[in-house]
Amino acid sequence: MMLLNASGCLDALVAPDVARQLDGFVTKTITPLPREGNAPPRIAETAHGMLNAIGLANPGRERFLAEHLPRLRELGVPLWVSVGGFCAADYADTCAALDGIEAIELNLSCPNVDEAADSAAEIVATCRAATPLPLYAKLSAAHPDVAAVARAVAAAGADGLSLINTLRGMALDPHTLRPVLARGSGGLSGPDLKPIALATVHACYAATQLTIVGMGGVMTGSDVLELIACGARHVALGTVLFADPDAPARVRDELERALEALAVVRPDDVHAFAHSPAKSLEIAHKVVA
Amino acid sequence: MPRRERRNVLAVERLGPYSLLRLDRGGLDPGVPGQFFMLEAPGRLLPRALSLCLAPAGELAFLIDPVGPGTRALCSLGAGEAIHVFGPLGNGFRLDVGRPLLVGGGIGMAPLPYLADALHDPPVVLGFRSEWHAAAAALLPGAEVVVEPALVTELIAPGHDVLACGPAPMLQAVGALCPGAQLAWEAPMACGYGACYGCAVEINGVLKRLCVEGPVLSAGAERTRRDEAAVGEHLNGETSRLARGPVRERAR
Repeated sequence: MMLLNASGCLDALVAPDVARQLDGFVTKTITPLPREGNAPPRIAETAHGMLNAIGLANPGRERFLAEHLPRLRELGVPLWVSVGGFCAADYADTCAALDGIEAIELNLSCPNVDEAADSAAEIVATCRAATPLPLYAKLSAAHPDVAAVARAVAAAGADGLSLINTLRGMALDPHTLRPVLARGSGGLSGPDLKPIALATVHACYAATQLTIVGMGGVMTGSDVLELIACGARHVALGTVLFADPDAPARVRDELERALEALAVVRPDDVHAFAHSPAKSLEIAHKVVA
Repeated sequence: MPRRERRNVLAVERLGPYSLLRLDRGGLDPGVPGQFFMLEAPGRLLPRALSLCLAPAGELAFLIDPVGPGTRALCSLGAGEAIHVFGPLGNGFRLDVGRPLLVGGGIGMAPLPYLADALHDPPVVLGFRSEWHAAAAALLPGAEVVVEPALVTELIAPGHDVLACGPAPMLQAVGALCPGAQLAWEAPMACGYGACYGCAVEINGVLKRLCVEGPVLSAGAERTRRDEAAVGEHLNGETSRLARGPVRERAR
């Protein structure tokens, strides 16, 4: 089990000590051309989570490859590069330019930019032809049948899935009754996403058995364990990193305690356990023994 | 170096509508005046960014305007309760100035008492929305104080190195009057350490993260147009509290 950051929730060059607490660092999404991102205000806190509409601000492929990637390599943390675009060729061209990294995450689900014209499966298939690196498709739980999308990207050659991205939401200023965010809507993140993340990981694991990086509302070690029990192999931290830059170390400690409380040795021992309602945890204990 | 520690509340003192939250300093470095800390807001998902107001021995004190759920929760803390505090963060004021004049507007006066200590009690001018708000001037004895409709910019004498914090219109006016001024800005922040990209402001025509590039910028670094929408707006009804002054405060 690897503990990662969710893309867009950490800048390893500004906060290398936070990145070094992780088993891998996932970059902010890189697009072919530089993007300044959306106009401010870009974030809002609600009683149900945080909204963001950053808009894929990034230096663009050329500057990322020339300036950012070499500096990221110096951190000594395995790198995952999140790749975005507006058509399959955008994604594939960036994939083809990447090597010497752990994996590529294809951001197929940003709620804060216009969607790519091509389908998720078309994008994955085009990228598959462009790179031998492991490809993870980051999907949205907002799709009416995310398991079907998961099957389609698996058939197109994805090695894994990243689940889930933020979900589109809106906050109004109670005094003006107008949206707080300049873009209007933004991506909702935070603990209220966890039940949706669990259900999505559960459904997509059942549909594909692919390696899944689970994320969405993870605040504690118990949350990590639940995502793994739903079928995730790895887990990423998102919004919790904003509130607590020491979250990776804390979550690991809590995970250890949660495993001890269940008398389980490794997170992998409960992988996909929620798919076996007839089995009790005692069976898992015996397997471990 | 920034650290995150759980610190005890020593006291919360009222100053007009504002509260001075006094925390046990622990192992936290008070940093340079104008730097800020992320304070856990009880019951809220995200911490709140607050510039350090005072740093007496063993303490860190923050002046807070309770305008939203997070700042209200912070002002409602009692002695003995504990919150997580992360900092110091961002870039503070440069202290290598010959003839300093501190200029504050409303809750934007928050970083000035600590700054005045560092600069050995320079002249200070403050503007407030009302006499009630001006109660906070007690933290800067000797400051010249005006209340609206008078504007604090009317008190700026020429020939000074101006260091200012306040609402965006005030800072823009100060920057126009004093092109070399150091101005402490604000923007909504989720993390305070460059992770969220939420606090983007336009600096010299490019959107940059205020937590990394600021919050103190020289008036020459033009911060214009697009960022104005962010200032005085909110993180669910409240700004980051780095600076907020009378002009944008909501009628209560």
